[in-house]
Amino acid sequence: MEGLRRASAAVVGVAESDLGQVAEGLSPIDLMAQGVQRALGDCGLLLKDVDGVFCATSQSRLSALALCEYLGIDPPFLGSTIVGGSSFEYHVAHAMAAIAAGLCNVAVIAYGSTQRSVGRRQASAREVNPYETPLRPFLPASAYALAASRHMHEYGTTREQLAAVAVAARQWALLNPVAWEKAPLTIEGVLSARMVSYPFTVRDCCLVTDGGGAIVVASAERARALGKPPVYVLGCGQSVTHASISSMPDLTCTGALRSGRAAYAMARLTPGDVDVVELYDAFTINTLLFLEDLGFCKKGEGGAFVADGRIAPGGALPVNTNGGGLSYCHPGMYGLFLLIEAVRQLRGECGARQVADCEVAIAHGNGGVLSSQATVILGTAATL
Amino acid sequence: MAMGERSPLSIYLEHLERGELAYQFSPDAGRAVFFPRVLCPFTGSARLEWRVSSGRGSVYATTTVHPTEGAPYNVALIDCEEGFRLMSRVEDIPPQQVRIGMRVRMRVHRPGGEPPYPVFIPLESA
Repeated sequence: MEGLRRASAAVVGVAESDLGQVAEGLSPIDLMAQGVQRALGDCGLLLKDVDGVFCATSQSRLSALALCEYLGIDPPFLGSTIVGGSSFEYHVAHAMAAIAAGLCNVAVIAYGSTQRSVGRRQASAREVNPYETPLRPFLPASAYALAASRHMHEYGTTREQLAAVAVAARQWALLNPVAWEKAPLTIEGVLSARMVSYPFTVRDCCLVTDGGGAIVVASAERARALGKPPVYVLGCGQSVTHASISSMPDLTCTGALRSGRAAYAMARLTPGDVDVVELYDAFTINTLLFLEDLGFCKKGEGGAFVADGRIAPGGALPVNTNGGGLSYCHPGMYGLFLLIEAVRQLRGECGARQVADCEVAIAHGNGGVLSSQATVILGTAATL
Repeated sequence: MAMGERSPLSIYLEHLERGELAYQFSPDAGRAVFFPRVLCPFTGSARLEWRVSSGRGSVYATTTVHPTEGAPYNVALIDCEEGFRLMSRVEDIPPQQVRIGMRVRMRVHRPGGEPPYPVFIPLESA
C-alpha cells in the first residue's frame, strides 16, 4: 500500500467565519460560506477555482449538498465524512488523496455551527443508546470524566494538574484578540467553578460558542504559484477505537497513539521536531492524553508535564496557542480551528501569540467521546 | 436465533425482565461480547452464544454527574467478571463514594413505563 505522499499537497488559505455569538438568524451554511469566501480571499483564489468540497456539521444532515447549493457550484469531488470534531483532519487526508488521484485540484474544507445561538439540544439530534441513555450520562462531558477518573486512578493525576491545562489555554487566549474568554483564570478559579461531571468543573469543559471557517487545500505545485507561503501536509494518520465510551478498550490510551505513529512515519519526523502543538481540548483531560499518546511525554506523565506552565505562553512546548476549545472558541466540532491556527503559526501571522522559529506544527483532532483520532502534521518550505 | 426473529436487544431485555444480566460469548474468539449484537467484533462471525452473567464485577471508571437541577448521581463503567464492560451506576452509597476497583453486584432497576436496566450495589452490603 503506497499511501499518501509527504508534501504532495498544501494548505494555501485559512479563515474563520464570525465566531462567538453570531448575528441572529445566521445558519451553519452561512458560516461555512463566509469561511470559504474569506479562505479563498486569503490565498487569492476564486470560487470558480474550487473543484473539491468537504464539510461536516451536526446541524445539516446533507451539509455538502446544502453548501454546494449555497455556493452555486457542482464540484466533481465531494466529501462529507463526519466522525465528530476530527472530521476536518480526516478531510485533509481525503482531499490530499483526491488531489493526488487527479480528482480535484483545489479543495475547500468548511465548517459552521450556531450551537450557542440555537442551544446544544437544537444543534445536534439526541441519539438513544439503549445500553447507556437510561443511565443519564451528561454527554460528552461524563465520558471524558470517566477517562479522567481512570487517569487519576492509574497515574495519580490531580484536579490541579487538569486545571493547569485550562489555565494555560486561558493565558494563550488572552493573547488572541478573537478569543471568547477575556479574563484571567487561576487554578483555584477552575477548581471552585460549578461542578459538571466529577472531576470536571465547567472550566475543565470546552466553551459552547457559534463559529465556523474554511481552509483551502491544493496540490504542492499549485500552492507555490499562490500569494502566501504554502503550508505543506507532511503527515496524516487516523484511528477509530470505539463509538460509545463503554466500548473504549483502555480509557487511558487513545487512538492518537496509532494516528500519531502513522502521521510521524509519513512525515519522517518525531515529536522532538514539532514546534507548535494544536490538540483538540474538548476537556482538560484531552490535552494530557494527547500529549502522552503523541509522544511529547510518557504515558501517565501528562499531569506533571503541564503542571509548571510548560504548555503556557513562554513555556518549553507551545500547546493550543489560540486558546483552544477551552478559551478561544468551541462551536461543536472544533477540529477545523486546529488546522487554521497551525497554518497561521507556520506562516508567522499570529502577532502576540506567535511562536518563534515555527517550522513544524501538529494538529490533532478528536471526535465523539475519544472515539475518532486524526493527526495532521504541517510544515513550512524549510521542511521539504 | 434465526436472523430477523428476535433482536439482540429484545433478548437482552427479556433476560433483564427475569432478573438476569445477559451477555454474548463468541466461541471462535473465546471472549465475551457486550453490547449484544448480530456479529462478533473479534472474528466477524455471526456465531454468538447467549450467557447469563453472575452479576458480579468491579468499578472500572466512575463520575458523579451534577445536573443543574436535581441531586448528583453516579455514572460508572463496570467490568463484569466474565470479561465484559458496561455503563451503569452504583447505588446505595453516595455517588462521590464510588471508587475504582470497588466490588459490586448487579440489581435490576425497573423504572415505571421504561425498560429495565442493570444497576450495581457494593458487594459488601449484599
